[in-house]
Amino acid sequence: MAKRSIVPFGPQHPVLPEPVHLDLVLEDEVVVEAIPSIGFIHRGLEKLVEKKDFKQYVYIAERVCGICSCGHGMGYCEAVENVMGIQVPRRGAYLRTIWEEMSRVHSHLLWLGLLADAMGFESLFMESWRLREKILDMFDATTGGRIIFSVMCVGGVSKDMDSSMLKGISDTIKTMEEEFVPIMETFLRDYSVQARLKGVGVLPLKQARLLGAVGPMLRASGEEYDCRRLGYEAYNDLDLQIITSTEGDCYARCEVRLKEILQSFSLIRQAIDKIPQGDINIPVKGNPSGEYFARIEQPRGEAIYYIKGNGTKFLDRFRLRTPTTSNIPPMVEMLKGCQMADVPLLILTIDPCISCTER
Amino acid sequence: MDNVKFLTFARTAIKNMFSKPATVGYPYEPAKFTQRSRGHVEIAGDQCICCGMCMRSCPPGAILVDRKAGTWTINRFDCVQCGSCVSVCPKKCLSIVPGYTSPQNHMESETFKASPLPAKH
Repeated sequence: MAKRSIVPFGPQHPVLPEPVHLDLVLEDEVVVEAIPSIGFIHRGLEKLVEKKDFKQYVYIAERVCGICSCGHGMGYCEAVENVMGIQVPRRGAYLRTIWEEMSRVHSHLLWLGLLADAMGFESLFMESWRLREKILDMFDATTGGRIIFSVMCVGGVSKDMDSSMLKGISDTIKTMEEEFVPIMETFLRDYSVQARLKGVGVLPLKQARLLGAVGPMLRASGEEYDCRRLGYEAYNDLDLQIITSTEGDCYARCEVRLKEILQSFSLIRQAIDKIPQGDINIPVKGNPSGEYFARIEQPRGEAIYYIKGNGTKFLDRFRLRTPTTSNIPPMVEMLKGCQMADVPLLILTIDPCISCTER
Repeated sequence: MDNVKFLTFARTAIKNMFSKPATVGYPYEPAKFTQRSRGHVEIAGDQCICCGMCMRSCPPGAILVDRKAGTWTINRFDCVQCGSCVSVCPKKCLSIVPGYTSPQNHMESETFKASPLPAKH
């Protein structure tokens, strides 16, 4: 038996966008055990719900994370609306859906860039992020912010999109789809990309279910599970095909995310075609009393928002279960038996968001 | 491995060598802001009635309204441009306009003169 050694990995590492620490127990170059530890960027945002008005808290909820900010605002609003029995106007729900799907494209393109960067494919990384800029510009034009949108409010959305904006989004998506083809082709068929991704970090379906994997990670193992099927916001009006793969390796996770971008383009186009006229929000009266669990599909997977209201304008409790929290146990399992050189890539393929996880 | 190709990215890479940069040459070129861009909060002081709704709704607590002195003060370093104050203002005298405020090397608040409601007797 080879001599065991422990290599600390992170919290500061070139491949990690956010701080997570792993103690890697190695036998030669093979990882036999990985012990994760988090807690480097805890900000106490959940506790703030006791100090801020429930309407104000939307702005704090969307600051939980930069990449999923749209979804966090939406999930929180959805939970409050369900407690208060508020029905969001259809136009508001459609606008939320469009922004959420744009957010998914933006998140996946960011991840693809980071993956290319982790493999050392710098030009592919730049190309992915160049494309992502177009989405950010669309966010800037429609919401006024590139990362934090501040458009979600309890009862709907605070900004409308006129027909010229919707047409602008539709046209940009068309151009993006054309420019996305060479990126997709490279990720799926390039020799060097396949050599790094295929057969690496296999997570079998049984294990993925057992360890509670969510989002693209679970779908890459073959499970057809997507919270958008619950039909919240405008998803029940749209034709949604769940993207899955069977291999469960890094390549499958990459493939699922690539195809989900195309799926999101299609959903945005459908939403733009079907968007009804009318109000975008309704006035909210009273305070929430009661509790509710809202589930939404974030770009990284299923997120759960729990709120408990006490009849005053300050909530008793807000709890957020983020996709990365669920994906850390499968990641630790995947790391066992892999080569030391593949560790950064494996950590990246779960698309970790530590800011969300620690809140 | 099925469907393997070599040099799949070469065409895009060569094309990018001869195309314009995707980035803006800021600060040599001016930054472009969209109409909705949330740059900074502005106030039309003559319409402000010092009701204090904006102060109470501001999540980071960046606004201070002094009813007695008739002033409206904002700490630009604390403001996160969320637009909460703009949405609650009853007189619609607050607005978020494109363009950021200039950088400063010390924390300073900006105070504007408002037209407070007459005091209750």
